[in-house]
Amino acid sequence: MSSESIKVEGDFPVHFRYTAGLAGEKFLREIKDNARLVASRCLKCGLNYLPPRISCERCMSRLEEYVPIESVGVVAAVTRCRYDPEGKELAEPVPLALVRFPSAHGGLIHRVKGTVQVGDKVRVIFKEKLSRIGFILDIEHFEKVR
Amino acid sequence: MFVKKRVAVVGAGMTKFMRRAQETGKELCYEAVHHALDSSGLRIDDIESVALGTAPDAFDGLHMKGEYLLDGAGAWRKPYSRNFVGGGTGVFSPIHGWWHVASGLFDTCLVVAEEKMSTCLPHPQAAFLTIFDNLIERPLGPNLIWIFALEMQRYMQTHKIPKEQIAQVAVKNKRNALDHPSAQIAQATTLQDILDSEVLAWPVQRLDISPVSDGAAAVILASEDVARKITDSPVWIDGVGWNLDTTYWTNRDLYFPRYVANAARMAYSMAGITNPRKQIDFAEPYDPFDYKELHHMEGLLLCRKGEAPKLTAEGVTERDGKLPICPSGGLLGVGNPIAAAGMMKVCELFWQLRGEAGKRQVAGDPRTAVAQAWGDLMQIGTVVVMRG
Amino acid sequence: MTKQIPQPWGTPLKEEALQKHNVLTVDYKPKVKYAWASGIAIGRFLNGLKDGQIIGTRCDNCGRVVVPPRIFCEWCFKPTESWVKLPDTGTVNTFSISYITADTTRIKTPIIPAVIQIDETTNAGLLHLIENSKPDAVKIGMKVKAAWLPASERKGSITDIKHFAPVR
Repeated sequence: MSSESIKVEGDFPVHFRYTAGLAGEKFLREIKDNARLVASRCLKCGLNYLPPRISCERCMSRLEEYVPIESVGVVAAVTRCRYDPEGKELAEPVPLALVRFPSAHGGLIHRVKGTVQVGDKVRVIFKEKLSRIGFILDIEHFEKVR
Repeated sequence: MFVKKRVAVVGAGMTKFMRRAQETGKELCYEAVHHALDSSGLRIDDIESVALGTAPDAFDGLHMKGEYLLDGAGAWRKPYSRNFVGGGTGVFSPIHGWWHVASGLFDTCLVVAEEKMSTCLPHPQAAFLTIFDNLIERPLGPNLIWIFALEMQRYMQTHKIPKEQIAQVAVKNKRNALDHPSAQIAQATTLQDILDSEVLAWPVQRLDISPVSDGAAAVILASEDVARKITDSPVWIDGVGWNLDTTYWTNRDLYFPRYVANAARMAYSMAGITNPRKQIDFAEPYDPFDYKELHHMEGLLLCRKGEAPKLTAEGVTERDGKLPICPSGGLLGVGNPIAAAGMMKVCELFWQLRGEAGKRQVAGDPRTAVAQAWGDLMQIGTVVVMRG
Repeated sequence: MTKQIPQPWGTPLKEEALQKHNVLTVDYKPKVKYAWASGIAIGRFLNGLKDGQIIGTRCDNCGRVVVPPRIFCEWCFKPTESWVKLPDTGTVNTFSISYITADTTRIKTPIIPAVIQIDETTNAGLLHLIENSKPDAVKIGMKVKAAWLPASERKGSITDIKHFAPVR
């Protein structure tokens, strides 16, 4: 009688198409059309949410006002990523930073050009207009402000 | 009795149910929660805890979907938990919320249910492939519809039910949904439309099936003392029940959902219902397919086994009948964003029992009603009994 | 006093809006694959299929004979240690005539999935396919027999049985 250990293989045959959502649409379109960051503002709590969202987490008001955010922020945390999502070593490590902006509640995580430290001022660098499609990678990277 | 505090529903809200929404899942939750808060006059600070239900992460394509949805569900820095029991989630969610308040641990609990199925391509059904046994069923290349077709066939053949009597449920519910502001595909379909629709896996035809949807719904629960301060007409959750059967579904006779009956008995016993047929004024059983409404009417002990099709044919289950079933329009008419669909039924009970259902209002001042959901691998029955 | 529900919110989209990029979206295809160990009970079951044999288990407490086999009886919650060789014949408990495949592609010649209660079990069934040359002749209660792949082609899978065919 057969008695080998039998393994059964399978996969998960789906893919996903995420809508940016009501707030995400505004955020990405501002990046695409005007190369600038916007936050959504809660008039009651006085917070500018970045990335923007349609509701305030504190008072649950619906947020309809969008305000521009400065393009220079401060590095709050930084790391260098050495492996890709499947565990293969990258040819070049990718530096990533969490950047906070003075007028915003929240921040953005993105690639950094060169070496930065916590506390450094960095500017958001956008791609050329024709290359921007309304996607987070329309932001090229953060670059240290000299 | 083990219940420390009697639990009431004091507010409800829901989004439109849509084939594809622009809103993200978080945004859908927010829209439902905002209206639930608005309708009750409460603010988010009045909410002490949040319980959220949402079905597979695979639909929205988001890992840890419960945690992702939290912001839209008003759960920032609150005690929060997510439940998931397949299609049963929508009626399990208020039970999950009920524990929070009945135990005396919290005076208020916001219960939210959400689904954004349109994210999943080529079709959300593909995600259901994994519901079949990975070792000995998936290699056969099954389709989700097979499960329904096999159960429907067994039910029909056991009781010799003609297809026309089953299709009548789809006609009734799609018509009822014309009066529901959130409805996705309400329409005045004829019986012939259903019977002429494409055969997918006999006996299932295309119009026997509820649509894939995006949407969210929410209710607010409060303990008795607090509820009476919020509203003059709290709607009490007097009975809760849930029960699951084995995953070895091919070892079961599918003609009757025993686990729904077990869940119903649990809820009826708690609510002091000894004769559901007489004491329940209307019901919202889960109707993802037309035959399921009938299957579940029998599972809810509202009629004898095999009797549900006859009651439908006689008009007993119409909105102006003796026992209205799915006055909301159900999943067949309003839409089926899995978890939110069951919650829609709970919202319907709330509005009906307060006389706020507008054109959908069933006659005769209903006092006691039951909502039920179902899911997983034809395994779970979740039941709530509510009183106005 | 509470307010009536206002008009529900929600921004429905048509498929065209997404195709024409009127609304921004992000696509993602997860790269996941699975390799499942078949476990003790199903491991023996699949090995049995490779040998052209359907195997079940008997619970010595309640006496149920079941397929697929399992190392515990879920009714009694006791271990099952009796392995049973079962005949490859059974009765159709329910079936469907399916014109769609797993990914909803439409097909002209239907597939006939069915739950087949295997003989000598306690009403225990398996999901499988019925030979599809005469869909109109398939009935609940029909007696069927497994049609196996030749021994050299069997690899320890449920598909070692091609389908079940009516017994003449």
